Amino acid sequence: MLRDITLGQYYPADSVIHRLDPRTKLVGTLVFLISLFLYDSFLCYALATVLLLAAVRASRVPLKFIMKGMKSILFLLMITVVFSIFTTPGEEILHIWKLTVTREGLLKAVFMTIRLTYLIIGSSLMTLTTTPNQLTDGMEKGLGPLKRLHVPVHELAMMMSIALRFIPILLEETDKIMKAQMARGADFESGGLIKKAKSLVPLLVPLFISAFRRAGDLAMAMEARGYRGGEGRTKMKPLVYQTRDYLTYLLLVGYLVCFCLIGVYL
Amino acid sequence: MGIIKVNKISYDYIKYGEEGKAESTIRAIDGVDLHIQRGDFVAILGHNGSGKSTLAKHINAILLPTEGTLFVDGKDTGQEKNLWDIRQTAGMVFQNPDNQIIGTVVEEDVGFGPENMGVPSKEIWERVEESLRSVGMWEYRTHSPNKLSGGQKQRVAIAGVVAMHPKCIVLDEPTAMLDPTGRKEVIRTIRALNQVEDVTVILITHYMEEVIYADKVIVMDEGKVVMQGTPREIFSQVDKLKEFRLDVPQVTLLTHELKNAGLELPEGILSVDELVEKICLLK
Amino acid sequence: MPVKIENLNYIYNEDTAFEKKALENIDLELPDGQFIGIIGHTGSGKSTLIQHLNGLIKATSGTIFYNGENIYRDGYKMRELRNQVGLVFQYPEHQLFEVDVFSDVCFGPKNQGLSPEEVEARAYEALRQVGLKEKYYKKSPFELSGGQKRRVAIAGILAMHPQVLILDEPTAGLDPRGRDDILNQIAKLHKERKITVILVSHSMEDIAKYVERIIVMNAGTVMYDGVPKDIFGHYKELEEIGLAAPQVTYVVKALEEKGFDIDTTATTVEEAKAAILQALGK
Repeated sequence: MLRDITLGQYYPADSVIHRLDPRTKLVGTLVFLISLFLYDSFLCYALATVLLLAAVRASRVPLKFIMKGMKSILFLLMITVVFSIFTTPGEEILHIWKLTVTREGLLKAVFMTIRLTYLIIGSSLMTLTTTPNQLTDGMEKGLGPLKRLHVPVHELAMMMSIALRFIPILLEETDKIMKAQMARGADFESGGLIKKAKSLVPLLVPLFISAFRRAGDLAMAMEARGYRGGEGRTKMKPLVYQTRDYLTYLLLVGYLVCFCLIGVYL
Repeated sequence: MGIIKVNKISYDYIKYGEEGKAESTIRAIDGVDLHIQRGDFVAILGHNGSGKSTLAKHINAILLPTEGTLFVDGKDTGQEKNLWDIRQTAGMVFQNPDNQIIGTVVEEDVGFGPENMGVPSKEIWERVEESLRSVGMWEYRTHSPNKLSGGQKQRVAIAGVVAMHPKCIVLDEPTAMLDPTGRKEVIRTIRALNQVEDVTVILITHYMEEVIYADKVIVMDEGKVVMQGTPREIFSQVDKLKEFRLDVPQVTLLTHELKNAGLELPEGILSVDELVEKICLLK
Repeated sequence: MPVKIENLNYIYNEDTAFEKKALENIDLELPDGQFIGIIGHTGSGKSTLIQHLNGLIKATSGTIFYNGENIYRDGYKMRELRNQVGLVFQYPEHQLFEVDVFSDVCFGPKNQGLSPEEVEARAYEALRQVGLKEKYYKKSPFELSGGQKRRVAIAGILAMHPQVLILDEPTAGLDPRGRDDILNQIAKLHKERKITVILVSHSMEDIAKYVERIIVMNAGTVMYDGVPKDIFGHYKELEEIGLAAPQVTYVVKALEEKGFDIDTTATTVEEAKAAILQALGK
């Protein structure tokens, strides 16, 4: 059951966005996220909306999937909205009991909502259209120059993608171990902090042992399949910039420039 | 033509005590001599601890013998320069389906081996398609391995090895963690690889029903090879197998019991149909 | 202690896009002291069902009565239920965590709040019952072989003195001798302690040899419920849902088709041998 957590779940489809180089998407997402925090201007956000909607449409991912990511922050969103409505000083609009609703508060709440929503949608789009392996490949290629400084870029990327691969498996195992210990009368819920920490031992020890065992097995399997580090490895999905990537970069520059122009002059 | 030549190998490992001091030496493999021909389907049987898995790990040089030598397609596993050639020639599939899948998408995992070998990208894709089709998992190429059944995961693992174009595949108890459906899928896949693609298959198992299709069966006990022969020859010796803590397929046991009760039946019957046929002759 | 399951339903991820009916309208009565086998393909709901019996999973609707008491009533102590209904999961050796074998077996009884003397007495008893030699008691569980570790894990549940013992695929991954050992020990336990034993397994041959009653699960419902002979008589239907009858059952059925006057209810080697000898007039 725990396996169903959509931790940046990949949605397979054949779209322009899916085919973009992961580096392009990483940069694009970063640019978009940063832009959200630059100016508090409706016109700016209108531009951002256009870009976002275009990207969503181009990705061919059903809206249902994208909105799934929203569920998790809905609660947080509501709290921040309520908070800013009632605590921002400024021009009073409404008075409910002892609480004041200000114009500035409302505006702030609206902008926060937009920011948070677009943040989630933007990053969801990134992970929905890029497999974890593509992401780590992108980071590996992107950070490639650091190899000259003896940074183990390939090894780090490999570690990350293996970790991503095993997260759902380890989550499921945690669930299993918990249930097995509960069947022996273990209690993970009651008691103070110290008691709760102690009660985690029957959960953590088997989990760690299992993780080490898996690591050992995996290392053997990797060696059996000829893995000997990053030297001499080719890539099944080599990252080569295509025309569409250059166009996207151009688009992003254009977007950023327009955004700033609108923000400053309008 | 011999593809695997095992020349009187022994393997010792040292058991360490509490303070890291060498406690005892355990001889996991003792004077094993074996020749496996190209295109064979060989099954290695043995109870847990008989040394069969240890032997399997020598074939692709994960372990090196303490005594004796092992040649894979003419290459000595003891020579470090041969290591990667040997691992490409003799691929290995392990018991735990999850712990040998590295990719987060099926096709990416199958490509892992060829990537390590430095195969050009375009060719990797050809190999991935070819191997996934040969195990019947091509439709699942963009799926996450997490959503697959045990049998499907093992087939993906097999595809990952096939993509390296090995001459021989060693499978170390590949069905031990699977349900009956998964086991059938995997054995069917292995047989197809052996018969259609002419890949030498070495199957380590303790499920007797899987062994009946092999060309040759080797039984291990206490690190030694104690029985060798065709499945029929091996399963005829029900009592000896019991001594080695092994089992026979139910039909074979039934035949043995009926024979003991006085019926004239040949030993080593391996299938339901065969037994029924032979009993009809007694009417 | 008898268990009664009434109209049990379990739906997981209710009201989401991933909603799935894992169990549908389960009605079962498990009398005290019965040796029951539950078989079913992967995903048939058998593992989900047994986790309801010790309260690890709560039903979406329906009731479970343990010894006449509704376990879902207000104030019922689930922890008490888990003292009575012992559940050994698949690959139970993965739950071992203590410094030595003996301490690990003591974990269960300790959680039951027993006195230190009682805890130790139970641990000794349980370890003896699974046939583990005393020289292993002070060793780290991780030094033991797979089969030995499994026995330690089972002892850990036995030490809690459950009235109902459930084992999920206890022979998974073991070699033939290991399988026989564990099943024989379980059969012995059932006889000696007279507790209800529920065995969940894929192996038809194992189940047929030991249990008095088989429940066949398919797609979340109970498809068949009866004695082994009756159940394996439906071997064609069993095949359709991914299961099979023991090999010997196929032999006797085939012989009947070939014209032999033979008792086709054989499910074990001994029964088949007797049936064939009789049919041949010997």
